[in-house]
Amino acid sequence: MTLTTTTASRVVAQLRFDRRTVALILVLPCLLLGLIAWMFDGTPVLDQFGPMLVGLFPLIVMFLVTSVATLRERQSGTLERLMTTPLGKGDFVAGYALAFAALALLQSVVVVGFALAVGMDVLGPLWLVVVVAMLDAVLGCCLGLAASALARSEFQAVQMMPAIIFPQLITCGLLMPRDQMPEVLEWLSRVFPLTYAVEAMQELAAGGGWSEVAGAVGVIALFIVGAVVLGVATLRRRTA
Amino acid sequence: MVNNGDAVRARRLRVERGGRTIIDGMDVAVPTGQVVGLLGPSGSGKTTLLRAVVGVQARVTGELTVLGEPAGTPSLRRRVGYVTQAASVYTDLTVVQNLRYFARLAGLPGAGAEAAVRRAVAAVDLGGHEKQRVATLSGGERSRVSLAAALVGDPELLVLDEPTVGLDPVLRRDLWAMFRRLAGEGRTLLVSSHVMDEAVQCDRLLLLREGVLVADTTPAELLETTGALDAERAFLALVERQPDAQPDAQPDTQPDTQTPEGSR
Repeated sequence: MTLTTTTASRVVAQLRFDRRTVALILVLPCLLLGLIAWMFDGTPVLDQFGPMLVGLFPLIVMFLVTSVATLRERQSGTLERLMTTPLGKGDFVAGYALAFAALALLQSVVVVGFALAVGMDVLGPLWLVVVVAMLDAVLGCCLGLAASALARSEFQAVQMMPAIIFPQLITCGLLMPRDQMPEVLEWLSRVFPLTYAVEAMQELAAGGGWSEVAGAVGVIALFIVGAVVLGVATLRRRTA
Repeated sequence: MVNNGDAVRARRLRVERGGRTIIDGMDVAVPTGQVVGLLGPSGSGKTTLLRAVVGVQARVTGELTVLGEPAGTPSLRRRVGYVTQAASVYTDLTVVQNLRYFARLAGLPGAGAEAAVRRAVAAVDLGGHEKQRVATLSGGERSRVSLAAALVGDPELLVLDEPTVGLDPVLRRDLWAMFRRLAGEGRTLLVSSHVMDEAVQCDRLLLLREGVLVADTTPAELLETTGALDAERAFLALVERQPDAQPDAQPDTQPDTQTPEGSR
């Protein structure tokens, strides 16, 4: 086993002891989706927006969970200890990303399954909805990891969510179609990863297939890599 | 161990933190195969010095050599074990899960890791607690898990920051016996403490005060030169003998060399 997978399995072992967190990660997005389905019962809203929410809720949940991760390690002193071992900074961040990606896969299967059960119809291929939902959740993890490397206190960590996710939510095309936005905001939306997550899901909801979402999926993948690199770059072996 | 001479050597070592000088131009050596006690009142720079040795302290200047290489060199991370002052292990994992993780980080393969974990559990006398989650252990037990996590990698140099705080006398005695045994096997131990009774069990003593090395001596010498009856009084005598406001003489004005950052 490499140090990355060793670290990933350690994080998974920790999660397995924390059943309540895992339950929240799996159930919370379903609960929110259930509320939407109930509210708009008998309208096409769920078919239209359901896939986007299937991508969005896991992303936010995973961002919140992982943004606390590095901070926890820092405050328990284990990060300082890890930095004196052969563990690389990349191993640390990638280990976390891998562990949470496994959880994200489980989460996206559960959430998509639940959405179908409450009546969401997707015109595009279902497996792609699961893949994009999982990538969105992984993106959430990695953005959370990058953010948590920047946070020095709990107060800062919890505010990373509104600071990093909310601007993306506003401009991603969910509130207003992006081509109707002021030009500057439309440009801004193009540099935010959430835009591509929502765009891919919109395509799938409207019956698009792989060729329609390949571009957006590629951009999401690049952002995942970028967030991991940022997380590694902001981690310091030597601290004051 | 092939590496004779000094396990740690510092020359004109200087550490700054938050605009303050924590360690001010220290020259010191820790001989290989000995238990060296680092003593001093709280705030004297003990932890900062230890952090510099293990390569996680920022803003270190001067010369600091550990096992023949500059402190913070990546290859040293396999050869040096560090135990922080507060128990730094995962409280939501069991004792064995913690130790297994640190054993694998130290590069031990599956079977070797299991054997190392068993040895480390025995060394800190935690037999019977293997499957217990660290969160459910007592404070003393937790710090022993933390110590065991450094022992699993079988390091040549062990850097221990107050490893016996909160432990009962029996356990303290046993741990010191283990430190002596490890040193007997050729390993080097740099142990900080402010329990002066423990000082007599060290081969050498480094006395630190306000980032300055007040004495580099042996327990016998310390008692002899101060004329004190025990280590505690000897320490007080030494600390108080030094006048507080020393004329700030800085004879060497050579440019300090930056230790290489060991980041990956």
